[in-house]
Amino acid sequence: MKLFEQPAHVLHDMLVNKEITSLELTEAVLARIDEVEGDVKAYLTITRDEAIAQAKAVDEKIAKGETISFLEGIPGAIKDNICTKGVKTTCASKILQNFVAPYDATVMTKLKAQNPVIIGKANMDEFAMGGSTENSAFQKTGNPWNTECVPGGSSGGSAAAVAAGTAVWALGSDTGGSIRQPASFCGVVGMKPTYGRVSRYGLVAYASSLDQIGPITKDVTDCAHILNIISGRDEMDSTSVNEEVPDFTKALVEDVKGLKVGIPKEYFVKGMDPDVEKTVREAIDKLKELGAEILEISLPNTDYAISTYYLISPAEAATNLARYDGVSYGERAEDAADLVEMMTKTRTQYLGEEVKRRIMIGNYALSAGYYDAYYLKALKVRRLIKEDFDKAFEQVDVIVCPTAPTPAYKIGEKISNPLEMYLQDACTVPLNLAGLPGISVPCGYSSDNMPIGLQIIGKALDEETILRVAYTYEQSQSFHNDRAQLGGN
Amino acid sequence: MSYEAVIGLEIHSELKTNTKIFCGCATTFGAEHNTHVCPVCLGLPGVLPTLNKRVLEFAIKAGLALNCEINKFSKFDRKNYYYPDLPKNWQTSQYDLPICENGYVDITKSNGETKRIRITRIHMEEDAGKLVHSGNTIKDSDTSNVDYNRTGVPLIEIVSEPDMSSPEEARLYMEKVKSILQYIDVSNCKMEEGNLRADLNVSLRPAGSDVLGTRTEMKNINSFKAVEEALTYEIERQEEVLEDGGHIIQETRTWDPDRGITLSMRSKENAHDYRYMPEPDLVPIITTDEEIEAFRKSLPELPDARKARLEEQFGLSAYDAGIITSSREMAEYFDAVIETGADAKLAANWIMGDLSKNLNAESLEISDSPVDAKRLGEMIGLISKGTISSKIAKKVFEEMWKSPDSPEKIVKDKGLVQITDTKAIEEIVDKVIEANQKAVEDYKSGNKKAIGALVGQVMKQSKGKANPQTVNQILAQKLG
Repeated sequence: MKLFEQPAHVLHDMLVNKEITSLELTEAVLARIDEVEGDVKAYLTITRDEAIAQAKAVDEKIAKGETISFLEGIPGAIKDNICTKGVKTTCASKILQNFVAPYDATVMTKLKAQNPVIIGKANMDEFAMGGSTENSAFQKTGNPWNTECVPGGSSGGSAAAVAAGTAVWALGSDTGGSIRQPASFCGVVGMKPTYGRVSRYGLVAYASSLDQIGPITKDVTDCAHILNIISGRDEMDSTSVNEEVPDFTKALVEDVKGLKVGIPKEYFVKGMDPDVEKTVREAIDKLKELGAEILEISLPNTDYAISTYYLISPAEAATNLARYDGVSYGERAEDAADLVEMMTKTRTQYLGEEVKRRIMIGNYALSAGYYDAYYLKALKVRRLIKEDFDKAFEQVDVIVCPTAPTPAYKIGEKISNPLEMYLQDACTVPLNLAGLPGISVPCGYSSDNMPIGLQIIGKALDEETILRVAYTYEQSQSFHNDRAQLGGN
Repeated sequence: MSYEAVIGLEIHSELKTNTKIFCGCATTFGAEHNTHVCPVCLGLPGVLPTLNKRVLEFAIKAGLALNCEINKFSKFDRKNYYYPDLPKNWQTSQYDLPICENGYVDITKSNGETKRIRITRIHMEEDAGKLVHSGNTIKDSDTSNVDYNRTGVPLIEIVSEPDMSSPEEARLYMEKVKSILQYIDVSNCKMEEGNLRADLNVSLRPAGSDVLGTRTEMKNINSFKAVEEALTYEIERQEEVLEDGGHIIQETRTWDPDRGITLSMRSKENAHDYRYMPEPDLVPIITTDEEIEAFRKSLPELPDARKARLEEQFGLSAYDAGIITSSREMAEYFDAVIETGADAKLAANWIMGDLSKNLNAESLEISDSPVDAKRLGEMIGLISKGTISSKIAKKVFEEMWKSPDSPEKIVKDKGLVQITDTKAIEEIVDKVIEANQKAVEDYKSGNKKAIGALVGQVMKQSKGKANPQTVNQILAQKLG
């Protein structure tokens, strides 16, 4: 494997053993960008000079014989809705196209303490609204396995970069599947931790009660390591949980014997791609073979999850995005006669179609006279969905299902049909509504050779068990060693 | 037809925390524009609020002092509306689960009658920023800037039931609330700095009716005088409209203090739909019985209890005790005067009389009085000892207002010691009798009032220093 194809834990060992330097590694990744970024278009900002400088600093440290931390000197990408001091944070929106945050998100502070090499900011659906990264105001990212296909979304840039070898690791954010679904589409590992496990301070809000930052990596081992770094209570985020963070790498054991694995019948429904169903069923059989006990379970309110999600998330988004008014930062429309016109023109010109659609749905759902029928009812159904999981977890340790109902589809194929796009989220949004952790690991390919992901869902704050199941499954297969055929390889 | 006014108040009070409600920025008034700001109060992308625990403490204390129930489960909500002084374009406030509910205060009217005004709720919220226009208003300005220093300063909003029926009652209610908030030290209540302001709601109905009429609202009234004047004007205006057979339009009106009139601002038809929603970035506020009890125990003696104590302990009249306890500063000043050993009734009279008059004339707070409690107490001691007369004391007080000297020194330096020496007084009396034979004769022929003129003359010649009682005695003696 080429350097840029290696997972972080292998590269870390190579750095420690002085088999490579961080500069060599960083230059290999930057060269890979020169080679394939024109097709993949995963990045909105590439901080090449800073990356080289960071790499050199780490090499000096290693030369001095100092010990280095896990991510030290290893290049990664940050989704462009995570605030990075001094580097643009655009959320792939024209309204923030020149916005530079004056502060670092808490995850960035935690990462920077590790001295990683930050390659740049990754493309995404505008304000994380979308499942294909086609809603980026700037560029459409290609899936490294077939650049005519979407990488998934909204963290499509992050997943594509890891899959293309233009980043070793990445951070994404997941509001309704935005880490897991692109991980599934791009054949990489993506985890949405428990709501509150990772601080949201500095993550530009889409839907505050659903958003969560998580890692996108080449394998489960890297996922556990990065989760260690970014997790933990943050006084700046009152919704972050005040629980001790375990060492997630201790969960990386090959053993699922006796674990009870629930298969929710509602997740295998009509409209599911037959290749997806087939590969996921094979993965379940594999888990059984490895000693897990497979039980069919029911999550009866699954059908309502999408409607619930598409009321709650737009309602929160409508208020969260109200701040983009052209007054004190961001873009401002010219030639407005008065204040109202200035705000209206600014938002009309600089926000994209899907963002405007969700703002309108959200404001409608919150309006006097509609609140009870829509928003309040959605909150009640959300509780029912959570209770479904609570009940299921009385019987099982983890729940396993597809991450997405289909493999990656062609760019432009679904974009004109928002409702069909929303249905893509059926297997991922219930976790966000319930606040539960979930991981997507590669489990095979479609007949068109596009990756398919297996989703493993855990109890709140039990990332350890899903990591254990994911790791055991991964080690029994070789999908995590496969790389997209792109450019010169 | 005779009408009855129905008045309800929403009082906004800034809490005197050192830092803002959701971030660590200072709350100091009058700082240079946009110097007390951070990403959180500027509402930059990605920021999250964290609740300042002092704000919760102050709100609960206010609730307890205003006889409210404290909600053990409370939460914040987003009140959505677009305005440039609101960087997020929502105000973080409380909607359906405010921290306090169902309270009351009692007011005492000028006729001595006591009335209970119920409080519906108290909720916590953040203040907005301030627009700085190049012209007078946003309409006649080429440019407007925003000062975000005040953004995120903590407020409580105290909502009353429509229990008041006159402008006087509304003023007394607001004064009482201000007094209580100052007693418990949760707000500076500096009205000129806008940290206590009220929205006034008023409607009329035929006297005796229990159906509410259409109301109008006047926002951001920040003086007691304006509360009374604006309501008086608005009640008269509504009366005229109704008398002419017209209808009151539900609307927000603005009070123009210079012209003494209210003007239509916007009608309720164009009112905002605030699209309230629960604030997902803040966890619900859970308060335990133990915490509530601890806050209750930490409260100081409140005005009503203090008033009762002054009546009982010092025999002050209800009226005097009411005025002395109307502000914590005045009540504490009174206590400090008493501590010097001064007579309580004299102390009350001096505080309500000359001291208040001088403070008002110079717009000073009692805490900034040039005559502190210790010196006033010493002066009252001199009156009680007979060293100076009450009349001389007024001169001594004026001197004390201008100089930091002790009353003893002033009395000595200015030769203001009262003449109680009988011989000295007799000498003056003799002179006066000799020079005023007409009055002497009037007195002797039965016009006993004539002695007044003679006493006056003696006092004048002694430059006010003779003890009036001694003068009276000697005169009566000499005139037989």
